Amino acid sequence: MAELEYIEGYPAYMHELLQRVHASREKRKTYVPEAMSMEEQQKVLKLHPDYAPGGKRNISVGPNKGDVAPEPVADLLEAYPLVGSEEIDISSADFDVDIMVIGGGLAGTAAAIWANIQGVPADRILLVNKLRHGDANSIMAEGGTQAADREIDSLDRHYLDSMGGGHFTNKPDVLRGLVEDAPFVMHWLHELGAMIDKNEDGTFVEKWGGGTSVRRLHSCKDYTGLEEFRVIRDEFRSRKIGCIEHYPAIELLTDGEGTVTGAVLYNLETGEYKIVQAKATILATGGFGRLHIRGFPTTNHYGATADGLVLAYRAGAKLRDTDTVQYHPTGAAYPIQIVGYLLTEKLRSSGAQPVNVDGDSFVFPLEPRDVEASAIIRECYVRDKGIETPTGLRGVWLDTPMIEVKNGEGYIKKAFPGMDRMFSRYDIDMTNNPVLVFPTLHYQNGGVETDPQGRTTLDGLWVAGEVSGGVHGKNRLMGNSTLDTMVYGRRSGMSAAEYVKGGAEQGKLTLEHQTSYVKMLKEADVPPERRSPILLPEYRGKEALARMIDVF
Amino acid sequence: MASSEESATKKLDLQKVMDRIAEASKQVVSGVEAGTVENWVTIYIMGRAYQVPADLTILTAMEYAGYKFVRGVGCRQGFCGACATLYRKEGEYKLQAGMACQTRVEDGMYLVQIPFTPAEKPSYDIAELDYDVNTLFEYYPELARCVSCNTCTKACPQDLEVMDYVQAGIKGDFGDLAEESFDCIQCGLCAIRCPSEIVQYNVAQLGRRLYGRYDSPEPEHLTNRLEEIDEGKFEQALDEITSLGREELEKMYAEREREQE
Repeated sequence: MAELEYIEGYPAYMHELLQRVHASREKRKTYVPEAMSMEEQQKVLKLHPDYAPGGKRNISVGPNKGDVAPEPVADLLEAYPLVGSEEIDISSADFDVDIMVIGGGLAGTAAAIWANIQGVPADRILLVNKLRHGDANSIMAEGGTQAADREIDSLDRHYLDSMGGGHFTNKPDVLRGLVEDAPFVMHWLHELGAMIDKNEDGTFVEKWGGGTSVRRLHSCKDYTGLEEFRVIRDEFRSRKIGCIEHYPAIELLTDGEGTVTGAVLYNLETGEYKIVQAKATILATGGFGRLHIRGFPTTNHYGATADGLVLAYRAGAKLRDTDTVQYHPTGAAYPIQIVGYLLTEKLRSSGAQPVNVDGDSFVFPLEPRDVEASAIIRECYVRDKGIETPTGLRGVWLDTPMIEVKNGEGYIKKAFPGMDRMFSRYDIDMTNNPVLVFPTLHYQNGGVETDPQGRTTLDGLWVAGEVSGGVHGKNRLMGNSTLDTMVYGRRSGMSAAEYVKGGAEQGKLTLEHQTSYVKMLKEADVPPERRSPILLPEYRGKEALARMIDVF
Repeated sequence: MASSEESATKKLDLQKVMDRIAEASKQVVSGVEAGTVENWVTIYIMGRAYQVPADLTILTAMEYAGYKFVRGVGCRQGFCGACATLYRKEGEYKLQAGMACQTRVEDGMYLVQIPFTPAEKPSYDIAELDYDVNTLFEYYPELARCVSCNTCTKACPQDLEVMDYVQAGIKGDFGDLAEESFDCIQCGLCAIRCPSEIVQYNVAQLGRRLYGRYDSPEPEHLTNRLEEIDEGKFEQALDEITSLGREELEKMYAEREREQE
């Protein structure tokens, strides 16, 4: 292949194609396709990776035996533990605490703070992190947080929008908790000093989100999760709550009778294990984006490998909605260095439209995420109206210059500094040229089943955030995930604190739940080399890996 | 959907579509294959030379070379600040800074990662603090040592005007301190390079929290909503809607009105 000529960051042929987007902008200022009817939605959803044939199978062991899950998830559930009781000494604990929180994103950090506020001493709480405190999807959330706090809005309206987005599969009591506590979460963030975008008159700036019937989305420029998280982490650190990093949990401990009593931790750098005993354990380990389900790139952070699902399931907790995966409609499709990175939905709520190779707008820009993503796949692979990149990826344009047409000059730099910075590193000016997008693996819709206090089907175990299932049903709406982390981080932290203060006693430490699980695995003929959790994805070069020898 | 298109979708092997998407994404998902690479560069990871594909970032190039990251990696997309990296290009005097996940490799790059910054982070209760410049000096007295050398600004991988926001802090201009530091990802490179040993990113964190809490009051519409919730205004509506069956909900959803733009 001859060396490509680049103009404004794009290969010349792509640059020529994008002129059609400029040419049609005037027309698209007033014309936007209508939102789909529910019938039309059902048709296009056939192209969604969840509904297209292949890629899934029934889970063959455990509490959800018979349920459908993506193959990489089923593989991890049907896998042997990393260590057994004969290999490690669990007779005494290295850490003795009241509450252990596993996972230091927004949910886990909020849980620890609220347990502390409820009276559990800071040194009786331990936050366990696989990577650094804050290496989580939370800080990558760009668009915003939903809360029905405008006069025109109501809690039941937020409920209905979320229920519809989830195709009416959300767990009602848990969803109710989400919408009821949302305004309080905004209040808490404001009290902590988070810089939430405000209008001149002092009201919050509130934007549309895909599938919302009113403007309900609060944001902090396009660094919403970063701002929310760093403020909450600063509060956590001020409270001097216990915290260890680069020490993932690789197995839960139980009393052998269904109560979770602690965990086995693993030092990622030295390989040493430690035993924690805790009266209450809150699992906030996030999702599974780094499993690259159906071969998709992902918006997720390095550690999103479904560890929490594996740990909870092996201990006997029930999961739900394991069959659905959220693909964000607009991941970057060009340049290759940033493929799969999140281009926030807020771009579309601010006026950016998906546009095909002819320069035509082909879908209402703010459908629920699964519908919008399917429409983009249809445009690229059924209608053949996509744009192909030099590495063979297809995508459609997202007409970002339209944002300035609608909101005035200078708006992008002000409202989307992160996005603008990312593209400018590759010589692309999103103020003047569109960017190329394609769906990217974004979110684990389902997870560990929970009640409105974050309790699971196991005593002593709570869950919060993406690892949990039910609140979003089979498709989460934008702005409900950061909200979920803080609502259920707080609720689970408070509920666990209450449990501890109510006189809960420390149960004995065993790995007995492993024994029965391993027996089931053997009966199901699971290959012995399959082990989980995997902790980190594998990205090392194949040539280098092929020559590695294990010395130490 | 037009009916001809509908039959096209039916005829289309949807699994093949998925396979084509996966095939096109392979380089991103499971790494680049040496046989497909046309352009190579040489980088020096802590002094040792490696040949790597030219269109990788420092992060993916180090992985290509065989490094399994435990430290020095986090979100991989420029938000978390875990992969702070210093590098110098062959024949140049200038020491440059970047995030490994956001910086393309260049031929002759000598690099080292700085995955951790030992930094002081005092405890405070934001509700008890004065919204006053003295609060910054109380917790970070070394702020007064700033010699305006601008080394912090040069080290910032987000291209923030770090020295300017530090100076704004010294003057008690919380608005400028907060706005100019807002895009900070707290990677620590400014603090590592600062000859006055200021921890700029923690100072800014305190400044932003003070600004966020005290600069303008909580919006009235939020305060009102919290009161309404306390008074139980939505209880009945929520009791009703949570008890509805799927059909009734579907009907309500289809009929709901969208707020006028």
